[in-house]
Amino acid sequence: MTDESEVFLSVRDLKVHFPTDDGLVKAVDGLSFELARGRTLGIVGESGSGKSVTSLAVMGLHGVGQYGRGRARISGEIHLDGQELTGADPDSVRRLRGREMAMIFQDPLSSLHPYYTVGTQISEAYRVHHPVTKAAARTRAVELLGRVGIPQPDRRFDDYPHQFSGGMRQRVMIAMALVNNPDLLIADEPTTALDVTVQAQILDLIRDLQQEFGSAVIVITHDLGVVAELADDILVMYAGRCVERGPAERVFYTPQHPYTWGLLGSMPRFDRERSERLTPVRGAPPSLINVPSGCAFHPRCPHADLTGGASRSTVPELREVAERHFAACHLPVADRNRIWEASR
Amino acid sequence: MLAYIVRRLVAVVVMLLVVTLVTFGIFFLVPKLTGGDPAALFAGRQADPTAIAGIRRKLGLDAPVIVQYARFIWGLVAGRDYANGADVTHCAAPCFGYSFKTEQPVWPLLTDRFPVTFSLAVGACVLWLVVGVGTGVLSALRRGSLWDRTAMTAALAGVSLPIYFTGMLALAVFTYKLHWLTVSYVPFTQNPFAWARGLLLPWIVLAFLYAAMYARLTRATMLEILGEDYIRTARAKGLAEPVVIRRHALRATMTPVLTILGLDLGALVGGAILTETTFSLQGLGQAAVRAISDQDLPVILGVTLVAAFFVIAANLVVDLLYAVVDPRVRLT
Repeated sequence: MTDESEVFLSVRDLKVHFPTDDGLVKAVDGLSFELARGRTLGIVGESGSGKSVTSLAVMGLHGVGQYGRGRARISGEIHLDGQELTGADPDSVRRLRGREMAMIFQDPLSSLHPYYTVGTQISEAYRVHHPVTKAAARTRAVELLGRVGIPQPDRRFDDYPHQFSGGMRQRVMIAMALVNNPDLLIADEPTTALDVTVQAQILDLIRDLQQEFGSAVIVITHDLGVVAELADDILVMYAGRCVERGPAERVFYTPQHPYTWGLLGSMPRFDRERSERLTPVRGAPPSLINVPSGCAFHPRCPHADLTGGASRSTVPELREVAERHFAACHLPVADRNRIWEASR
Repeated sequence: MLAYIVRRLVAVVVMLLVVTLVTFGIFFLVPKLTGGDPAALFAGRQADPTAIAGIRRKLGLDAPVIVQYARFIWGLVAGRDYANGADVTHCAAPCFGYSFKTEQPVWPLLTDRFPVTFSLAVGACVLWLVVGVGTGVLSALRRGSLWDRTAMTAALAGVSLPIYFTGMLALAVFTYKLHWLTVSYVPFTQNPFAWARGLLLPWIVLAFLYAAMYARLTRATMLEILGEDYIRTARAKGLAEPVVIRRHALRATMTPVLTILGLDLGALVGGAILTETTFSLQGLGQAAVRAISDQDLPVILGVTLVAAFFVIAANLVVDLLYAVVDPRVRLT
């Protein structure tokens, strides 16, 4: 997606499989993407599309929590700043966690330890990677709490998570993630558990901080509205694979995959008539144990007939349709453009 | 916090009053209704009616029940005089009365027996917490391993086997066959080493039962906690796994363990009775068993009150600990 020289995070043919009693769950099945410093990638998809597992795999947190342990089988390559992570020794990956790459989670209340003050939890994140005194870590934590917009940070340092509102808790999580100046920040559904009014504030905060810290950001969401505000590039996932990826404006204005059309069609928009109903993507996400043959989306695709049976038999490859814009679909490009134009 | 403790202490007094009322009712009213006569019990077999009448007057059994209860409570707080004409016996506070059987005051008996039961309970409690929680944590961390399966099978045995079985077995093997340990009570202040040595076998037997339950509880709780989001956050910070377990998972695991501990300290009195009987330890439990078979009402009443006090105090301590562990618990 970007020049090789700037690439900071590169994921190549990533597969994360979980053996279960019912069969092999292919949560992520051959995913590749690249991300440069200072850029934001939005990963979009329904629940169970593999977007969270992807981020956990980058962090080395899939399965029991460390590479090589637990039940998850991982293959492919993850390069962070030139360092290979999938085959690396778990302890060296652990040392990168929190320092080089940090993560914000969906529900800030359950993601913060209820028994420790927020200050303790942020200081702890700093002291894992910096041999500093408690007082120095406190100074650093208070600085970050102030930076993420928590009023009276010095006083709030000693408060417990349950004494904060939802939005303030997410700010605490962000402060914790940024305390070590990570080069990569992964935000997994950062606003899903929050009020709509607070959502916008948190998204603004993430954008501001990214500009200030210059880190690469991955935003994972099921909500295209969230990435519309933040992302430079968008990657749409379906059943553990990438079905479309490209610059945000291209994915929004000339989407090339029927699934992306479905996601866009199910989004409320101000430029449409109120009386117009939202069109949901029909059907349910597929089982990751028995992924449909060919294009995994074909049982739900309203246009599968136009491919002459190819979508049932052959897995579509990710093809470049325009500069840096890729899509995995058997539909002829002319048909795609016609259907998309007609639906607007 | 201080206001809370004061309020709880007031509640303790009220609760103890209720306990005295209930036990007093059971032990002095019920015999009356069923035709039994405490005075006759006190006087012994084939006592002549005048002696029984004298005892009845001296013990105050001829007064209305409410007066008897008031005197009993007053005796607990300030002591009382048992009088039959010129025959006056002073009973210093806290006065629990005199044993029907031995005619000895009850209070010295209780103070004599209490340290035995207390030593047994505290030692067993420490042992089962250390062993039970330790086993549970290790089992959770190595779920499905040989250790886990062995420990959980042993725990199942511990939960299922009654104390008098494991106690007899332990005595047969370790005391009579191998001659490793003998069971006896030596006061802690006299010789701590002999104290621990003499109680080791009862501790192990009593702790085995509870350790088994705590191991299962700890394992289940730990597995649940390890799936919590905040554990994932702790790992995402780059904390090493042992730190994640110690600092983040273990503390959260302790909350349900403490809750159950509060309940078990009450049930422990029952366990102590069986253990003391099995090992012939002269504790409160054994005193209670003998008093019940002798229909020795004042002793039964005394043991019940001391046991109730112990349970209530233990629960107060557990509730305070609960707030120390979990900052979300507000003591109001």
